[in-house]
Amino acid sequence: MKPATNVRAYRGFFGITLLCLFILYAPLVVVTVYSFNDSRSITVWEGMSLRWYADVFVGPESGKFKEAAFNSFTIALVAATVATAIAVTSATAIVRAGRFRLRMPSLGLITLPIMVPEIVLAVATLIFFNSIGISRGYLTILIAHIAFCIPFAYLPVQARMQGLEDTFEQAAMDLYATRFQAFRRVLLPLMIPGIISGFLLAFIVSLDDFIITNFVKGAGVETLPTAIFGSVKQGIKPNIMAISTMLLGVSVIMVAISYFAAKWDNTK
Amino acid sequence: MKFLTTTAITLAMTVGAAQAEGELVLYHWFEYIPQELLDKFTAETGINVTMDTYDSNEAMLASLKAGALGTYDVAVPGDYMVEIMIGEGMLDTIGDGELANKGNIAPQWANPSFDPGWKHSIPYQWGSTSFSVDTDTYSGDINTTDILFNPPEELKGKINMLDSQGEVLAMASLHLGIPQCSTDREQLKALNNMLQAAKENWASFNSDTAKEVLVSGDAAAGMIYDGFSAKAREEKASITYAFPTQGYVVWMDNVVLLKDAPNRDSAIKFMDFLLEPENIAAVSNFARYGNGLSGTAEFLDPALATLPEANPQPGAGAGAFIQVCDEATQAVYDQIWTNLKK
Amino acid sequence: MAGGGVQKGRGPVSETYAPVRYPLLVPAWAVLLVFVAAPVAMMLVYSFLTKEFRGGVIWEFSLAAYDQFFFDRGLFGDEPPRIEWTYITIFWRSIWQAGLATLLSLLIGFPTAYFIATRPKDTRAIWVFLITIPYWVNLLIRTVSMRFLLREQGPLNDTLLALGVLDEPLRLINTNLAVQLGLFYSYLPFMVLPIYAAVERYNFTYSEAAADLYATKWATLRRVVLPAVKPGVIAGCILVFVPSLGAFLAPDLLGGAKNFMIGSLIEEQFKGNAGNWPFGAAASMILLTLVLIALLVATSLQRRAEGPR
Repeated sequence: MKPATNVRAYRGFFGITLLCLFILYAPLVVVTVYSFNDSRSITVWEGMSLRWYADVFVGPESGKFKEAAFNSFTIALVAATVATAIAVTSATAIVRAGRFRLRMPSLGLITLPIMVPEIVLAVATLIFFNSIGISRGYLTILIAHIAFCIPFAYLPVQARMQGLEDTFEQAAMDLYATRFQAFRRVLLPLMIPGIISGFLLAFIVSLDDFIITNFVKGAGVETLPTAIFGSVKQGIKPNIMAISTMLLGVSVIMVAISYFAAKWDNTK
Repeated sequence: MKFLTTTAITLAMTVGAAQAEGELVLYHWFEYIPQELLDKFTAETGINVTMDTYDSNEAMLASLKAGALGTYDVAVPGDYMVEIMIGEGMLDTIGDGELANKGNIAPQWANPSFDPGWKHSIPYQWGSTSFSVDTDTYSGDINTTDILFNPPEELKGKINMLDSQGEVLAMASLHLGIPQCSTDREQLKALNNMLQAAKENWASFNSDTAKEVLVSGDAAAGMIYDGFSAKAREEKASITYAFPTQGYVVWMDNVVLLKDAPNRDSAIKFMDFLLEPENIAAVSNFARYGNGLSGTAEFLDPALATLPEANPQPGAGAGAFIQVCDEATQAVYDQIWTNLKK
Repeated sequence: MAGGGVQKGRGPVSETYAPVRYPLLVPAWAVLLVFVAAPVAMMLVYSFLTKEFRGGVIWEFSLAAYDQFFFDRGLFGDEPPRIEWTYITIFWRSIWQAGLATLLSLLIGFPTAYFIATRPKDTRAIWVFLITIPYWVNLLIRTVSMRFLLREQGPLNDTLLALGVLDEPLRLINTNLAVQLGLFYSYLPFMVLPIYAAVERYNFTYSEAAADLYATKWATLRRVVLPAVKPGVIAGCILVFVPSLGAFLAPDLLGGAKNFMIGSLIEEQFKGNAGNWPFGAAASMILLTLVLIALLVATSLQRRAEGPR
C-alpha cells in the first residue's frame, strides 16, 4: 500500500465530509443535550437535570412507555430471531446448493420487502389482514415485522457465506460427517459473525419501524415509535427527548457490537 | 407532582403484580381524559385500561370500519358521529337498568336528537369549536370568520386548521352564510372556490398539535376547541379564543358502547363510572369543557364558570351542531375536502 | 444493501447442500409468499373494487379508483372528464422532492465517500463507523430531532440570531425545504456507503495515468473516477430516492401535512378522514409501478456502467 498521493486528494472534500458529519450529528446532539434540561419548556435552558429520565420511568406516562418498550423489544427479538433463522437456511440454499431454476427467483422474493416502498407494504399488509379477517394486534405486528426483516437479516448472512470457502465443510464430509453435521458443526460456527450482523440489523430495523406498525397495530397495542409519534404530535416534550437519548444509546451499543462482529474473523 | 409520582409507582407495581380482573379498551380523543381518572377506575374495579387515541371523528370512524370494530369496547364520538355510527349499525344497545347512574344525566340533555333516550351512548363533555388568535401578533377584531378564510396580512401563512372535515366545512359554511348539507350547486361551488382561495393563507392541517403550534408561535391563529384553547392560554396569555359573529360550531362528545365489544361488562362499568358527578367533573377540570351531568357543581374548578373560552361575548353568533348529510350530498362535501387537502 | 446480489453468471457455486436446496427454501417462500406477495396481490384486487360509503369496500368490480386518480369530472361528478392534475401533481411533487433530496445527498455524499475511501486503511473504518451510527438511530427520532432543531424558536434559529447571521428567524418548519432537508438527512448514509464501497475498489493508477497525461484534477474526477464508480453512485441514488418517494414521517412532521406527498396521500385513505380504500390501493399500485420502473432503469444503467468486463 503506497501512501496517498495528491492525485487522490481533492481540496474541499475534507470540509464537505465534516459538514456531512455535522449535519448527521447536530440534531442528535441537540436532542441529547436538551434531554438533560431541567426546564418544563423545551425552549428555555434551566440547567442540568435528570428529571426527565426519572419522568420516563415513574412519570404519568411511564405505564404507556413501559408497555410500548416491552412490545417493541419482544417483537424485535422474536422477529429478528425468526428472520435470521430463515435467512440462514435460504442463504445456504442460494450460496451453497449449486445453480437451479428457482435460485434467482428466490433471491428476488427475499429482497422483495426492500424493493417495495414501505408505505405500499403497509397498505398491502393492512388489506391482507383485513380481508382474511384477522383482527389487528400484537400478533399482526409481529408477523409483518418477521416478513420485512428477512432481507435485512439475509444480506449480511449471504455476504459472510460468500466470503467463506466451502473447503471446511468438504473436508468434514470427506471425514464422513453427514451433511447436517457439516452444516451444524462447521458452517454454522463459521457463520456466527454474519449471523450476529444480520440479527442486529433485523433487530434495529424492527425497532425502527413506524409506518408498517402504524398500519397493522390494533387496539391499545403500541410500540415505542408509534407511542413516541403519538406524543410528538402534541408537541415535543422533554421526556420524549430522554427516551430518544436512551434509544440512541441502544443503537450505538448495537452498531458497536455489529462492527466488531463484522471484523471478527473466526476462520483461522 | 409528588402525588402523581406515588400513584404512578403504585400503579406500575399493581399492574405488574396482580392478575387483572378485567380489561377495557378505550378509543378516545387525544389529551382529553386525565390519567389519574383512569387509574382511579382501575383502583376501584380492578379493570385494566388500555387507551388508543384519535384526532378526528372521521379518522375514528375510518379506523373502526377498517377492521378495528370488535377490538375496542368504548369510543367517544361527537354528536353527529354518534348519529352516523348508529346508522352504520356500529353501536351496541345499552339495556334498561344496565346503567345504575343514568339518572344523573342533566335534564336539558335528557333526550338528544342524535341518540334519543341515550340507547347507545352517555353524555361526556360539550364545548365549542372555533379558532384562537395570538393577540400579540394581531390586535384587530378577531370575532369574525374572516380570520380563517380571509385573513389580515399579519396572519397570512400563520394559520393552522383542524384536520377535521366536519368542523372545517361547517365553519366555512357559516362564513359564507350557507346551510350545512346544502344541495344548491352554486352555493357548493362558492364554498369550494372560497376554500381553495383561503388555503393559500394556511400553514398546516393539524388537530393534535392545534394547541402546541399556538403556544410555540409556529402559528399565530388556529382552529381549536374551547377547552384546548383555555389550556393554551394558561401557557401563553395572549392566545384569545374567538366567538365569531357569523357563528361557530358546538358539539357534544359522548361515550358509546361499540358493537362486538370484547369486554362489554367492563365497558358498562366504565360508563357508569363516568356517570358519577365527581368523575366526570375530573374530566371537565382537566379538559376545561362543560359536562352533561347534574350535581357536578361542587366538584368543578370554580374557574371553569368564568372561562372566557366558554362564555361568548354579547353579539357573538349562534352555535351550530354539525349536521349529517345523505350519501349523495356527502359525496360532494367529500370532494370539496379532497380538493382542499390535495 | 447495495452489492447484495450473488454471482450470477460465471464462477463456480458450491454444491454442498444441493440435495436439500428446496427444503432449505421452504420457510422463506412460505413467509414471503403469504405475508408479502399475497398482500401485494390482494392490494391490486382492492384497487379494482367499489368504495363503500364512509370507509371499507364492496366486492364489486370498479375502475372508479383509477378514474378518480386520472380524471376530473367536476365537483358533482357529472361534467365531461378532464385530466385530473391533482394527484399527478402530488406524485410529481414527491418525485421532485425525492429528486432534490437525492441530489443534495449526492453533492454532500460523494465527496464524503471519496474522502473516506482515500483515508489510510486503519482510519477508514472509523470514518465509516461514524457515518453508519446515525443510520442505526431510529428514523422517527431523527425526524423529531430535525423538527426540534428547525423550529422557529429552535436551536438553529437561536444560534444564527445570536451570532448575528440573521436579523429575524428563518421560517423553515412546515416548508418544502424542511421536507427536503428531512429526507436528505434521513437517507444520507445510504448515499455514502455504496459510493464508498465503489471508490474503495477503484484502482487509483488510472488517476495517476490521467495526471501523467496532463489531465487536470477535476477532469480526472469527471472523466476517469466518476465513470468507474458510477455503479456505486447509481446504487446510492436509488437507495435515497426510493424510500424518499414513499416517505411519510418527514412530510408529516416537517412539512405540516399541508402539501401532500404520496405517503401522506395514501395514509389519509386508510387512517385519516378520506376513508377511500380502493383509491388508496390504486395510488399504492401506481407508486409501486413507478418504483419498479426506477429500479429497472437503474439496473440497466448500472449494467451499462459496469460494461462487458
